[in-house]
Amino acid sequence: MTEQKLIYVDNSATTKMSQAAVDAMLPYLAEFYGNPSSLHSVGQRAAEAITLARAQIAACLDCTPQEIYFTSGGSEADNQALLSAAMIGERKGKKHIISTAIEHHAVLHTLRRLQKQGFEVTLLDAHQDGLVRPEELAAAIRPDTCLVSVMFANNEIGTIQPIEEIGRICKEKGVMFHTDAVQAVGHIPVSVQKAQADFLALSAHKFHGPKGIGVLYAKKGIPLTNLIEGGAQERGKRAGTENIPAIMGMAAALKEACDHLDENAAKMRAMRDRLIEGLSVIPHSTVNGDHVKRLPGNVNMCFEGIEGESLLLLLDDKGICASSGSACTSGSLDPSHVLLAIGLPHEVAHGSLRLSLSEENTMEEMEYIIKAVPEVVAYLRAISPIWHDLEEGKKNHVI
Amino acid sequence: MLYSEKVMDHFRNPRNLGTMEDADAVGEVGNAKCGDIMRIYLKIKDDIITDVKFITFGCGSAIASSSMATEMIKGKPVSEALQLSNKAVVEALEGLPAHKLHCSVLAEEAVKAAVKDYYDKNGIAYDKEQFKQGPTCACGDH
Repeated sequence: MTEQKLIYVDNSATTKMSQAAVDAMLPYLAEFYGNPSSLHSVGQRAAEAITLARAQIAACLDCTPQEIYFTSGGSEADNQALLSAAMIGERKGKKHIISTAIEHHAVLHTLRRLQKQGFEVTLLDAHQDGLVRPEELAAAIRPDTCLVSVMFANNEIGTIQPIEEIGRICKEKGVMFHTDAVQAVGHIPVSVQKAQADFLALSAHKFHGPKGIGVLYAKKGIPLTNLIEGGAQERGKRAGTENIPAIMGMAAALKEACDHLDENAAKMRAMRDRLIEGLSVIPHSTVNGDHVKRLPGNVNMCFEGIEGESLLLLLDDKGICASSGSACTSGSLDPSHVLLAIGLPHEVAHGSLRLSLSEENTMEEMEYIIKAVPEVVAYLRAISPIWHDLEEGKKNHVI
Repeated sequence: MLYSEKVMDHFRNPRNLGTMEDADAVGEVGNAKCGDIMRIYLKIKDDIITDVKFITFGCGSAIASSSMATEMIKGKPVSEALQLSNKAVVEALEGLPAHKLHCSVLAEEAVKAAVKDYYDKNGIAYDKEQFKQGPTCACGDH
């Protein structure tokens, strides 16, 4: 067997750390190991580093350093944003929250928890194109609505929501606004000022930073509810000794991503469009999510008559690392809630493939993928009873 | 690794893969909505399964389970094929992850459905209790 090159196109799951991020972390593992809460010089050295990192991250997000709270990642930040807003709402007798059907489970499951505590939740339709309609949001806001939570960009189908319009509506109606920007930060311009967001969640490992570290942005003056008690860290809002190496890595990765945002996005967009063009020739396939309002690195397609996990395993054998929204890969019995929410029937949603790019991918890799995917799809269709029925006219094609 | 080497071997190199034009019996189980369908074709002579083929829509373990099941019944008397249990398929595959066990159940039921088709087509009397199917699919909504 010839040496096979690995093509990693699962960057929405996680990314490879950048050299800048690794370099930024290393000194804080062995050399500057102090606890920033310590008064001595070793501790203060660490405290100074965090101050610098916080300022750097704030600059990227267009906010002040005092509005940045370090968390263990995007999920924790989403949890804390929603629970804090709910607590504020409850105090005012407002127990209605609006979100969307295509949010990450970090949001959806937290909302489910709040429902059990007596909150009412309205999930906005994301329509076939995977985009929420601002006018539908405006119509859904009630006098007792305390929070609107809409993700900046979707992790599966890559659609970019009309965040600024949503922020404006929330501001006008006096409702708090949270955006889960885990897939957006470092990939497309994100400004909490332009978004008029009260809360924002991000995760470092989605933009070549380390895993286990993220940020909750909370607008100045908004009281946060603690998820973890036990210390004065993060201005008393998130206990636990700071993960300094990870914070340093995150700040370096974010700075690098923001400095090269436009050129990286242009490069990924070209590869994304070539992939979509090349794979769309597969008969009875469809691209999921709006084609234009879409993350530069996201390709999500369905191929009728096949199942996603088999597709992934066979692509892996060809050196391609991708992901799918099929039930078998989601670890549940249903295919992706996002694909179902945009109206795909179960049997089509099972045959989904997500390719998420980074600027480190190459056009040559795209051409390899464009050659490999149709071969695997054709093989799986040849051994699929559903495909045989479709071809023999016993069933009608859906896509 | 999610799967044993045996599962990956049967997934990558499925045995008895394909359709059969002149099959004596065909069994199909599963549901597109759930994400797996198995179809098994049997060629039977003197009550012996002389040839078997399958096609499957589904995940890695569904394809591997079908492949293993066909290998286990090929050359066997029909009555013996009827005794094939999902447990035997799982053991032969050197295990399946817990949430994939239903794939082996599907394989057992596909074999049973094919045998039932053979009995029905040939007017052979059988105990209907033997073919009582549980909920093939774990979705639970149909």
